[in-house]
Amino acid sequence: MSARDEVLARIRLALGDRPTVPEIPRAYRRGGDLDEGARLDLFADRLVDYKAAVRRCAPADLLGTLVAALTDRGAARIVVPPGLPWDLPGAVVDDGLAATDIDRLDGVVTACAVAVAETGTIVLDAAADQGRRVITLVPDYHLCVVRADQVVQTVPEAVARLDPDRPLTWISGPSATSDIELKRVEGVHGPRTLEVVLVS
Amino acid sequence: MSTFLGLPRAVDTSQLRGRPFPEAARAAVADPQLRRNLGDATATIRAKRARVVGEVPDWESLRAAGAAIKDHTLANLDSLLLQLEAAVTARGGTVHWARDSAEANRIVTELVRATGADEVVKVKSMATQEIGLNEALEAAGIAAWETDLAELIVQLGHDKPSHILVPAIHRNRAEIREIFLREMGAVGLPAPADLTDSPPALAEAARRHLRQKFLSARVAISGANFAVAATGTLSVVESEGNGRMCLTLPPTLITVMGIEKLVPTWQDLEVFLQLLPRSSTGERMNPYTSMWSGAVEGQDFHLVLLDNGRTAVLGDPSGRSALRCIRCSACLNVCPVYERTGGHAYGSVYPGPIGAVLSPQLTGPELNATLPYASSLCGACYDVCPVAIDIPTMLVHLRAQVPHPAPERAVMRAAAYAMGSPRRWAATRSASRAGRLLGGRRGRIRSLPPPLSGWTASRDLPVPPAEGFRDWWTRTHGSPPPATPPPAAGGDGAGAA
Repeated sequence: MSARDEVLARIRLALGDRPTVPEIPRAYRRGGDLDEGARLDLFADRLVDYKAAVRRCAPADLLGTLVAALTDRGAARIVVPPGLPWDLPGAVVDDGLAATDIDRLDGVVTACAVAVAETGTIVLDAAADQGRRVITLVPDYHLCVVRADQVVQTVPEAVARLDPDRPLTWISGPSATSDIELKRVEGVHGPRTLEVVLVS
Repeated sequence: MSTFLGLPRAVDTSQLRGRPFPEAARAAVADPQLRRNLGDATATIRAKRARVVGEVPDWESLRAAGAAIKDHTLANLDSLLLQLEAAVTARGGTVHWARDSAEANRIVTELVRATGADEVVKVKSMATQEIGLNEALEAAGIAAWETDLAELIVQLGHDKPSHILVPAIHRNRAEIREIFLREMGAVGLPAPADLTDSPPALAEAARRHLRQKFLSARVAISGANFAVAATGTLSVVESEGNGRMCLTLPPTLITVMGIEKLVPTWQDLEVFLQLLPRSSTGERMNPYTSMWSGAVEGQDFHLVLLDNGRTAVLGDPSGRSALRCIRCSACLNVCPVYERTGGHAYGSVYPGPIGAVLSPQLTGPELNATLPYASSLCGACYDVCPVAIDIPTMLVHLRAQVPHPAPERAVMRAAAYAMGSPRRWAATRSASRAGRLLGGRRGRIRSLPPPLSGWTASRDLPVPPAEGFRDWWTRTHGSPPPATPPPAAGGDGAGAA
């Protein structure tokens, strides 16, 4: 018997008592109750709590805000996904760059798919304005643009908006570890600085 | 009511059992450094968890949903695994099935060999620890590099993990510095000679040491926190970005997953992405969660589905809910026994309360006979479990299954006889008063003669009180307490104090 058939046969034998299971109780919160202003404030607050930097701006000021962030950081050469709609100084468009080439750049600028206010999370789904997973991983600085209409309050709302067939990366603050005496240290292998521009 | 179905347990139990718990625990509790490291760490993480769980208004509803989703999964495990296989295959991945650790190790070794690589990078994974994958790869001439900081500390220290979430919880910063200085150079970029023991400096040394491995690795091996049957989505939940590095950079990705790690639908993740981070690291959300369905972004993807004793656990109706476990480790951090003995005393890659249940279930209780007793049955583990596994009741259930030595059985039979009638019980009172003579001035009995020495070998026994309850009642009321009828058979088990 193949391993597959044998494992399946074992499972059927193990479940010989035909266990009955109750309906899954979905009484937990499936949506938020905050208005947009409170939701964005909560999101910004949770980002800061996670040691991410936050800049807020109006849509008309977005390009200037991005340039100012890159200048303050001293990020002269940045990798950007092919579909990023903003023309930024020092941008190297990712056309399948090798990881070692990305490793030599100063940072990355992307958009996002969804953000979760209660947990301070941004989610990337590899769309054209976010790019391959590697470009937001290897550089030490990630600058991410989040539009107000992309921010939901709760995790269930975010899960409902996402497409499981896309590669997804959920990001909550910069890379961190607590493996040494449970002292939190920001920045191990992923970007050590996460900066979010919240546009509303 | 348990049914023995004769399903195979884990065959290679080397990663699931060690010295008997009382023996290993005795050494651990005598180590003041270990107890200090553990006490500090568990107190910190308990406080963090309590704070972030406290801010979720619907926590109990999430917990009930999490338990029910997992029970649904287990009750339909065969059809859901087939659904997962079809979904992963349809998205360009390859699915392999493994009956036990030897088969899983063979599959992974052959997959790595087929790429021509002689080293792999690894994401922290309980399943690969359980099967001893690193050792099997090493025997095949393949070097496996652990990339989680704590796993790196354990690997470089030629040590064993002692906690599910924080495997190096038993090490302090000074010990970690010494390990890095001594070992890193032998396997790659050495630690800087002026390395201090500050956590940021140690993390930086690990970052530099591992980055060249990430950038050059051709094969990565991971576990999975969750797999969605309907969509074939795999997910890895982590903090450092080492997981993302392994899952993203190498052209070949091999994921080894216990068959119970499944959830039926995409929507179910909305429950577990709330339960897991808050229960494990005490964060609202962990820094990074990666999800992928099949082969993505040009990678070659293989999924190995592992039984290794899980179907035997599933075959025990009173014990199968242990398979709900999402490896958050909340039960370790609240356990008074774990806090004093640390994880090594459990002798298994699964320590703490859940390990005391899961390890004997996977190996068969006779091979881990002391673990069901490695608990005070205080119930704290049940209270914090995000999927509501009733660990105390299962420990009692397992205690009934493990072999007991003949003297212990004789004592228990005698006790049952004495307690079986009021007259016989009264007769024991004068005998118990004689026990006070053994106690000495401190009122503790430090050792009893055999066969009772098994009890006092690892604990002191308080002497019997000078006056028992019945004597006290008789003295203060002027007559013996009224006879009470024996309790009705059955009862509610866990709730009865």
